[in-house]
Amino acid sequence: MVSIEDYGNFETAWCPSCGNFGILKAIKQALVNLGRSPHEVLVASGIGQSSKTPHYLNCNGFNGLHGRSLPPATGAKIANHELTVIAVTGDGDCYGEGGNHFLHTVRRNPDITMIVHDNQIYGLTKGQASPTSEIGMKTKVQTHGVFNMPLNPLSMAISLDCSFVARGYAGKVSHLTSLIEKAISHKGLSLVDVLQPCVSFNKLNTFKWYSERVYEMDDTGYELDDRVKAFERSMEWGEKIPLGVFYVNEKPSFEDYLDVLKSGPLYKNPPATEKVNELMDGFI
Amino acid sequence: MTIDLNIKVGGAAGQGLQTTGIALAKTLKKSGFHIFATQYYFSRVRGGHNTFKIRISDSPIAAMNENVDLLLALDSESIDRHLSELSDGVVVVDADVVKVNSSSESIFHVPMLEIAKEVCGDKIYSNSVSMGAVIGLLCLDMSNLEGILKASFKKKGEEIIQKNINAARAGYDYVKTNYPGGCKFSVNESGEKEKLMLISGNEAVGLGALAAGVQFLAAYPMTPSTGVMTYVAANADKFNVVVEQAEDEIAALNMVLGASYAGARSMTTTSGGGFALMTEALGLAGMTETPAVIFLCQRPGPATGLPTMTEQGDLQFVLTAAQGEFPRCILAPGTPEECFYLTAEAFNIADKYQIPVFVLSDQYLADSLFTCKRFDPSKITVERHLLSDSELRTKKEDYKRYKITPLGISPRALPGQEGVLVLSDSDEHDEFGHICEDAENRIKMNDKRMKKLELLRDEISVAKIYGDLDAAISLVGWGSTYGPLAEVVDILKAQGKSVNLVHFTHIHPLPVEATRKLFSKAKKTVCVENNSTGQFAHHLKLETDVKLTETILRYDGKPFSPEFIIAALKEKEVI
Repeated sequence: MVSIEDYGNFETAWCPSCGNFGILKAIKQALVNLGRSPHEVLVASGIGQSSKTPHYLNCNGFNGLHGRSLPPATGAKIANHELTVIAVTGDGDCYGEGGNHFLHTVRRNPDITMIVHDNQIYGLTKGQASPTSEIGMKTKVQTHGVFNMPLNPLSMAISLDCSFVARGYAGKVSHLTSLIEKAISHKGLSLVDVLQPCVSFNKLNTFKWYSERVYEMDDTGYELDDRVKAFERSMEWGEKIPLGVFYVNEKPSFEDYLDVLKSGPLYKNPPATEKVNELMDGFI
Repeated sequence: MTIDLNIKVGGAAGQGLQTTGIALAKTLKKSGFHIFATQYYFSRVRGGHNTFKIRISDSPIAAMNENVDLLLALDSESIDRHLSELSDGVVVVDADVVKVNSSSESIFHVPMLEIAKEVCGDKIYSNSVSMGAVIGLLCLDMSNLEGILKASFKKKGEEIIQKNINAARAGYDYVKTNYPGGCKFSVNESGEKEKLMLISGNEAVGLGALAAGVQFLAAYPMTPSTGVMTYVAANADKFNVVVEQAEDEIAALNMVLGASYAGARSMTTTSGGGFALMTEALGLAGMTETPAVIFLCQRPGPATGLPTMTEQGDLQFVLTAAQGEFPRCILAPGTPEECFYLTAEAFNIADKYQIPVFVLSDQYLADSLFTCKRFDPSKITVERHLLSDSELRTKKEDYKRYKITPLGISPRALPGQEGVLVLSDSDEHDEFGHICEDAENRIKMNDKRMKKLELLRDEISVAKIYGDLDAAISLVGWGSTYGPLAEVVDILKAQGKSVNLVHFTHIHPLPVEATRKLFSKAKKTVCVENNSTGQFAHHLKLETDVKLTETILRYDGKPFSPEFIIAALKEKEVI
């Protein structure tokens, strides 16, 4: 039996009452609910406050470079597809610096769960706009207020036909836990964009602001593979902000196309050095 | 060597120049000759003027020279540009198609198009007509060309094979009838029939990676490195390799590091510009101590430079690329054999020392075809240096990915192994892998990593000497310049001069004392490099305090020929 204590209890570098704590708790609980042992789990991350998560979880971790959580996560999943791979990232990390990897990992569709701590601000560099910051938000850099169009991660993911698209809120831990559980159980790339108030730098999108707006969608309202409906719902942002699973498209994962993985993890294959002899005949 | 004949095929991209060149090279190899073939091409899909040069000899050769004995001109530019290169050779040309102003006796008109239409009903067979004509002029037997055509068109079916053979035979008969004295460079078929391979540097690197048990390759295509990626991809199913074309070079190396962290033997392939994008991830390999093999095939920079030409211009970049200081290893093969064995060695060094290892090649080595003996896969060992499950079961303390050990090498376990958790971090970290910014820890960890470089320095192979140990003049080269430099040594020794070649394949780290010894006798030392600043000479001075007396540098995008080097040695009054 796996318990929440197995995933450790670490001192963090996060600000008191940061939204990250709720996400950390939800990840741990989801893994416990799914019965995953720490050694079966790999958490890959980039750089940012969110990306310190591997240090606060007692499981395997690869804390790489800014914006680059997805490529190592993909490489590790290919090398050992028996691992449960979670990529923990932030809005700057995933949608800014790592935007290209986001696009192409969705296209590739490895069986990875992507949890984005989306606080609409750059926290670790002390408060600049992020790709999801709202128009008008003033910062020390965006002194006239943000005027670049904010990116809508859910619409973008749905337009790319991402296999699983959901939104959670760091203030609703048990709902978020169930979303993460569903995301991990889903085969293929899962996006869980998590609204996560930054208590130090984002004075606009606060816990209070979110709590007045978020609502849990009734996920029986439409077929989850209806892309157009999902797209419509992903556009809803303002007085009411929906939470839940927006889109599910069951399709083969990247690993399904790799016949070599059928016999077991890639890294366990023995070298076939002597077969080089056959290839050399072709040069004679 | 009693036979030394150079054939140049010239034409526009898209004219089948490469197909013709390779088929001829293979035929000549089958006829028992040693071959060296190299391509000169521009960065375009069609048009432009390209050449494919084949040198044949009865002795082993590993360089191109500047002679042209037979020019197969597929376009008029071939005549304009290369006629003057012929001292006593002939031009084979279809004068119906290519306008020839010269009325020289050495111009042999072969109506290739007309023959192709007449014999096969289609002008596309004119390339095969040209091949037959060349084989006829060399007075070689047609059977080897027929065999090569059969193999080349195997997939296209019996009818296409027969048409190509008929076309080639018609070209052969045409020159036999019309130029009965054409065999002025008649080459007697060499008696030597040993089973040599005809292989390019890139193919040999691919073979080396497969022999070493590569399991994952992620790369973004970039000339001239792509050949390795495609070679491994072509054989991936047979060898259980996953090859993924990444969205960019940044993703490629990051994916490789993820795969390597999780236990797969992994590599990437790139060229200078792509590697520039990888440098951040190179630092990640350094900090996380994750093994990675990086095949870097150089072409002239900066920026896009001369995309299809050659240079050894990235050495200094590779030596210092990425943020901060960490150990790395650089190997630079000079021949297909070295491409094969050093690529395999790169994987073992990467795994043992948990560092990035470069295989540094260049366009010249990558694209040239060499005849060489079969490689011996039984000489390849696969050394993973991983903790086994049973070792982990008997462990006494919690697993520390970055445990400080006397040699600096930490025990490597893999995620997923029961009883251990593996935490890798790009931040400075403690022995467990957790972020740690303490000054004392920083020094310990930095020392731990750098210690591995000194350990590797003690183990790494020293440069090899070609020629006499204690020659008065030492030519110094690294990587792909081996062929032309070895030939220069042969030529000068035949003239009674005391010259050797000190050839470096293990570029970094350099074994200090052993390297110094190589130069203790020579009075003159000349570094010959395909770059404009003498990058290796600087590296040698910095690492070993050996100062070379002279440099010969070429940086016009072309490789060295023996003639170029000898002329430069004379100009610099070295000889």
